[in-house]
Amino acid sequence: MTDSSRDWPLYEIFIRARSGLDHKHVGSLHATDARMAIEHARDLYTRRQEGVSIWAVRSSDIVASDPAEADELFEPARDKVYRHPTFYDIPDEVKTL
Amino acid sequence: MTPHFRYVLRLADTSLVLAQRLGEWVGHAPVLEEDLSLANLSLDLLGQARMLLAYAGELEGQGRDEDELAYLREESQYLNLTLVEQPNGDFGQTVVRQFLIDAWQLELYERLQQSKDARLAEIAARAVKETRYHLRYSAGWMVRLGDGTAESHGRMQAALNRLWPFTNELFAADEADRAMTESGIAPAPGTLQSAWSARVAAVLEEATLTQPQATPFPWFGRQGRHSEHLGYILAEMQSLHRAHPGASW
Amino acid sequence: MYTQGLDSLGRDCLRDETQDAGALERRFQARVDAEEKIEPKDWMPDAYRRTLVRQVSQHAHSEVVGMLPEGNWITRAPSLLRKAILIAKVQDEGGHGAYLYSATETLGVARDELIGQLLDGKAKYSSIFNYPTPTWADVGAIGWLVDSAAIMNQIPLCRCSYGPYARAMVRICKEESFHQRQGYDIMLRLARGTPAQKDMAQQALNRWWWPSLMMFGPPDAESTHGAQSMRWKIKRFSNDELRQKFVDFAVPQAGFLELTVPDPQLRWDEAAGRYRFGPIDWNEFDQVLKGHGPCNRERLEARRKAHEEGRWVREAAVAHAAKQAARKNSRAA
Repeated sequence: MTDSSRDWPLYEIFIRARSGLDHKHVGSLHATDARMAIEHARDLYTRRQEGVSIWAVRSSDIVASDPAEADELFEPARDKVYRHPTFYDIPDEVKTL
Repeated sequence: MTPHFRYVLRLADTSLVLAQRLGEWVGHAPVLEEDLSLANLSLDLLGQARMLLAYAGELEGQGRDEDELAYLREESQYLNLTLVEQPNGDFGQTVVRQFLIDAWQLELYERLQQSKDARLAEIAARAVKETRYHLRYSAGWMVRLGDGTAESHGRMQAALNRLWPFTNELFAADEADRAMTESGIAPAPGTLQSAWSARVAAVLEEATLTQPQATPFPWFGRQGRHSEHLGYILAEMQSLHRAHPGASW
Repeated sequence: MYTQGLDSLGRDCLRDETQDAGALERRFQARVDAEEKIEPKDWMPDAYRRTLVRQVSQHAHSEVVGMLPEGNWITRAPSLLRKAILIAKVQDEGGHGAYLYSATETLGVARDELIGQLLDGKAKYSSIFNYPTPTWADVGAIGWLVDSAAIMNQIPLCRCSYGPYARAMVRICKEESFHQRQGYDIMLRLARGTPAQKDMAQQALNRWWWPSLMMFGPPDAESTHGAQSMRWKIKRFSNDELRQKFVDFAVPQAGFLELTVPDPQLRWDEAAGRYRFGPIDWNEFDQVLKGHGPCNRERLEARRKAHEEGRWVREAAVAHAAKQAARKNSRAA
């Protein structure tokens, strides 16, 4: 009953809800070509006016970071607090800085 | 029945019957995503039908609303194109039927945007966007299935051969059409043919499908003389409503 | 393998299990306890993954099979507005199935395999969809009762520990409240309509009340997976808790419709602040789960037919895509 060798490729879908916002990942769907992927994304993810723009990417084209590497990828940013404006104590008399 | 009322009713009935046919597919499509696509087509066409029926009722001026018109008219009073009452068949036949109508509706709605009937122009302006999407969808599938596997090609050619004769009716004109053309309300049906033919030919070529020979049989759905299919469609569509006269749902 | 393009397992997943299993499990449970979300490439116990695959895919199957009992009224809806609403609702259900298959695929199983399990009769789906919809009022009853029950199950799942499932549930819950309302709206019109319509509504309530209570699953004492699923935050409330909540909501709603809930033992318990209700026929539930319900066979046959008859379409789309790719390559060459 299965024809798993014929499974349509998986696409990840990103939708821009309104002009000015980023495209956000909303999920995935199956399609065999780019045009179909866009149409399916439109019918699946924008029925309630949730989108003005669609990106569809083959899932196999996505490169992702490994959660096990989270420490070395993201920890070092933690103690560089001087990147944040709140680190700096500017006297109140100095306006708009 | 005035020509104006007749004309609008024809458009309404064509959209309604096609929406009804597409509604039969929901839950049975080849792929889950296509269930949603077919439901989308059905909803759009049903929306067009409702707007057009409401307008037709106003033109008639006897207080009939969209439901009275949809549920209480018989086959001979329905004025849809015979093409849309043809069975769904397999997905390929549904695609062919859809494509032939989409190419026609797009041409028609684009032209109706210039209608002297402001209400019709407004309805057409809304419908034209949906129809562009429908055509994109159906043309895409014409090509995928026409130029897919040997099996899909065979099925598509058979469906095209079967449905092609019904396309004659798209461009037929009678007194009602002539009256509409004279008053600047609608384009003469024949004037849609060359654009439609060009569009269809282009897609058939890409789909590696052969355009069937023309057959002369005219078909008369627009006159209320239907194939055997409409009777079954209306029986199913209308039976519950008719079983409870005057009830509200 | 992962099919969500995350085509390599996280490094933690490849470690020698016997050495680090204990530490990994403790770290995992600590994250769950702290209400952190587990995402697709994170390490997770095999049992957690398997339980989720089963639970989420069953949920997906339920949505897809659930299109059938109401879908068969689309062509017969008694007004054009009701027809449009019903098409939109059933379309949503298909969409929910798609979101849930999508979430399941993040756990490393292809949708085709899941569908194969459903069509082979190996996977379960919600028992409720094995009941027939003989009248229009059944469409109303499903929207009112079944979708209410579904919402009660689903809202807590918006906070479940597995990220993709939680996010799918948020999306679904937004859409589900329209489903519930349109169902109740149908019932209201019928209950206030002609005597024949009111009778239709009452008969539908009689048919759907008990199966809806069974939707929440067996009593807590007999629920095998409950405790572990609670620990992993894949399940947030017990079956009996949710069932009680449902009854407390639905009974007054039935009262407003002036319809009678088909439970002669139903009464308000002032002291406990809730309704007491009669015994559920768990034998019926078991029979339906085993495949002997009124519509089990038809539902599966319909899905198998759609799948089989659509095979040539799926294959053609793949073949066409391959042809396009080959043409592109030969042009580039």
